[in-house]
Amino acid sequence: MVHIVDLEETLAHHPFAQGMDPEALRTITGCASNAVYRPGEYIFRDGDPADNFYLIRHGLVALEIHVPQGPPIVVETLEAGDIFGWSWLLPPYRWSNDARASDQVRLLKLDGACLRGKMENDRSLGYEIYKRFVPIMARRLAGNRMRIVELATEPAVHSRQKG
Amino acid sequence: MVPVPFRIAKVIREIPGVYTWHLKSLDGKPFVYRPGQFNMVYQFGVGEIPVSISGDCREPDTLVHTIRAVGPVTNAMQQLRAGAVVGIRGPFGRPWPIDEVVGSDLIFVTSTIGLAPLRGLIHEVLHRREDFGKVVVCYGTRGIDDIMYEADLHKWRARFDMHVHLTVHSAPSGYRGRVGGVVAAIRAAQVDWPSAQAFVCRSETLTRQAVDTLAGLGVTKDRVWVTLERNMQCAIGLCGHCQIGPTFVCKDGPVYRYDQIEPLYSVREF
Repeated sequence: MVHIVDLEETLAHHPFAQGMDPEALRTITGCASNAVYRPGEYIFRDGDPADNFYLIRHGLVALEIHVPQGPPIVVETLEAGDIFGWSWLLPPYRWSNDARASDQVRLLKLDGACLRGKMENDRSLGYEIYKRFVPIMARRLAGNRMRIVELATEPAVHSRQKG
Repeated sequence: MVPVPFRIAKVIREIPGVYTWHLKSLDGKPFVYRPGQFNMVYQFGVGEIPVSISGDCREPDTLVHTIRAVGPVTNAMQQLRAGAVVGIRGPFGRPWPIDEVVGSDLIFVTSTIGLAPLRGLIHEVLHRREDFGKVVVCYGTRGIDDIMYEADLHKWRARFDMHVHLTVHSAPSGYRGRVGGVVAAIRAAQVDWPSAQAFVCRSETLTRQAVDTLAGLGVTKDRVWVTLERNMQCAIGLCGHCQIGPTFVCKDGPVYRYDQIEPLYSVREF
């Protein structure tokens, strides 16, 4: 019981849970556990079942894309306060990239399979979850669009302007 | 309007396609300028281009320009070696407003070669370090092989009185640094956002993104300074090539306070 209370406090202090309805917070805490990964250790791998998501408490997590016949490429890193893993929300519930600890990483691991079931029966819980995931997804999508713009235009801009 | 001859004393290959010249005037006179200003650099018989000055203004005996080889003139210039002579007209334009930001935390936001126009300002801020609060540099590049002025970044990062947040778009597996857009580096910065002053040097689409991110953190647009690049030819506000709406970038800029030119950013094809 003491363990659960500590976890709830830890979760409540993460930006993901700020302003969350206390009942929803208790429900989510019931699906949460602490996790620690050593530098270089995989948190999940492309193609594996996506039944969790993660809140970073400490450390740096690298999201990697597997490149056939080559080493993986890091496409984003996330740090304390960030959240990662949304494939658990979308069928077929498989990871579409690797996640790896860049250094010693402490996470809150949320059991997405457990939460999916609870969200089916409690739509307000589902709303709380989606309300937190959608802005993050939108921000990362917008960020990636701007990275495409940067990669596509920066040399062209200088070419046009600088002779 | 007549170019003054300068000899290339040193060529530094920064990253592929980007090179830095250290120039000395043939007459030995110091070249006096302010950070943020630019010169027209002329390769005799080839052409003339505007280039921001990237050096330390307290070392007026050496003029420093960093150039990306992207067109016929800059590609031809890339072939020049130490000892070659080029023509310089300048300095032109409005410098960064360093005296207006005394007492504030400063955040520099830039990517790839955008660090070049800010480098002189950062040098000057460090010369006057006691005049400012926190100093934070947020710098993004495509990859770990595209990092400009790497020696400077290492030196700055090693200082106890400033912070450098570097990010790259992608990196090999095992890289321990930050990967992502410059926005992530901005969010990692810890400054007094309600009073901080920001200096942004990126392409114009990305300047808006940086300004929006800064605004979300509490930096109002009258505390954001940007630099524009346009097709500058005469550099003294006569020819009109660099005109955007009511402003001539060569003489009214290239440094602007963002809120004063924000409407121009939303005009298509400007």
